[in-house]
Amino acid sequence: MPSLGADMQEGTLIEWSVKCGDPVKRGDIIGVIRTEKADIEVEVWEDGVIDQLLAKPGDTLPVGALLAVIRGAGKPAEKLPISEEKTLAKAERIKVSPLARRTAQELGVDLAQVHGTGPQGAITQDDVEKAAHAPAPAAVKPAAFEGMRHAIAAAMARSNREIPHYYLETRIDMDRALKFLASQNEKRPVQERLLNVVVLIKAVAMALREIPELNAYWLEDRLEAKESIHIGFAISLRQGGLVVPAIHDADKKNLNELMEAVRDLITRARAGRLRGSEITDGTVTITNLGDLGVETVHGVIYPPQVALIGFGRIVESPWAENGMLGIRPVLTATLAGDHRATDGHRGAQFLTALNRLLQEPAKL
Amino acid sequence: MTDAAIKEALFKLLRRIAPEADLDELAPNANLREALDIDSFDFLNFLIAIHENLKIEIPESDYDQVATLGGIIRYLAQRLS
Repeated sequence: MPSLGADMQEGTLIEWSVKCGDPVKRGDIIGVIRTEKADIEVEVWEDGVIDQLLAKPGDTLPVGALLAVIRGAGKPAEKLPISEEKTLAKAERIKVSPLARRTAQELGVDLAQVHGTGPQGAITQDDVEKAAHAPAPAAVKPAAFEGMRHAIAAAMARSNREIPHYYLETRIDMDRALKFLASQNEKRPVQERLLNVVVLIKAVAMALREIPELNAYWLEDRLEAKESIHIGFAISLRQGGLVVPAIHDADKKNLNELMEAVRDLITRARAGRLRGSEITDGTVTITNLGDLGVETVHGVIYPPQVALIGFGRIVESPWAENGMLGIRPVLTATLAGDHRATDGHRGAQFLTALNRLLQEPAKL
Repeated sequence: MTDAAIKEALFKLLRRIAPEADLDELAPNANLREALDIDSFDFLNFLIAIHENLKIEIPESDYDQVATLGGIIRYLAQRLS
């Protein structure tokens, strides 16, 4: 059972997508586990053959428990130590068809709350759709939501307890960036249009190249700089809560590739189909609450990261420049920094770089 | 296509994006994104779905005309006529 966050204690195997004897290679998805925050796809980290599937769908297991055995190519099968077999906890299994499970994920239906009418009480797609459209009692929250709230509470409480935050903010004239985006989108079919946030993600990634101390983890009382820039992108879920999957190597992606990554991550996050590495790899986080009308975001750093960048709504504001007063679209960008890792001086340099990069959007 | 048919087509698309929303309660002058809690990503998906289903591509420069239910029905009725 992989650890998908410092506060994860256990996970539940939802399904295997392989069977014994199947060949697998690094990066393949072999199953889905449910954590308190989301359903996550399990990746494999080496090439080989599935030798044993030890956990069964429905089993809830602690982090570190053995889920399966992958035999290296050409190696003989190994007998599992008895002690490992005993770590497999038993849990009540919900009978549900794969189609119904997928529909439940798409519609945000908690299968534990659905009455199955299929063979041996199995939950059918029809059961899920009926449950999705049934009015929920106002006082009852779905179990998955409660679990996610608990996970967020644990992570944020730890952050507030351990991290001495400092906050800096700056107002950025977005006139050039928005005109650049409008000119790009004017030429594109609707399916290929870019969202404002894509430009912000790229500018953050490029600014982090200049201030690498903010792209780092704080571990065992020391700063551990990260070479790759994997931007955690906060995605809110309609049923409540949020997940923060990472956009890998954001600084190396062009705007089209970033838009594709954002589209893919949001779609899979809301369908409960994120991968384990996407949950754990973020080296810094962006949260964009501009869609909700908020002007300034003072975020809470997600440990062991050392920085979070918040963006609010772009608002038309009076703007003085070179002795002239005009109206400009203005964005408030905020940096939450870990004072153990950096100080306000470096944080200010980051925001200055971010502002400069957004004034030359065609170079992003 | 009548206004009622456009409205029904739009509701079908919106139910995919905001399945929990009571669309019958949606006022004609209510801002769609605010009333249905639709972010910029979902709104873009809504426009893509309109293009795929009604064959109308709405340019960014017309976004202010399609911000409300009444506005988007009028806009599409004009484009479809």
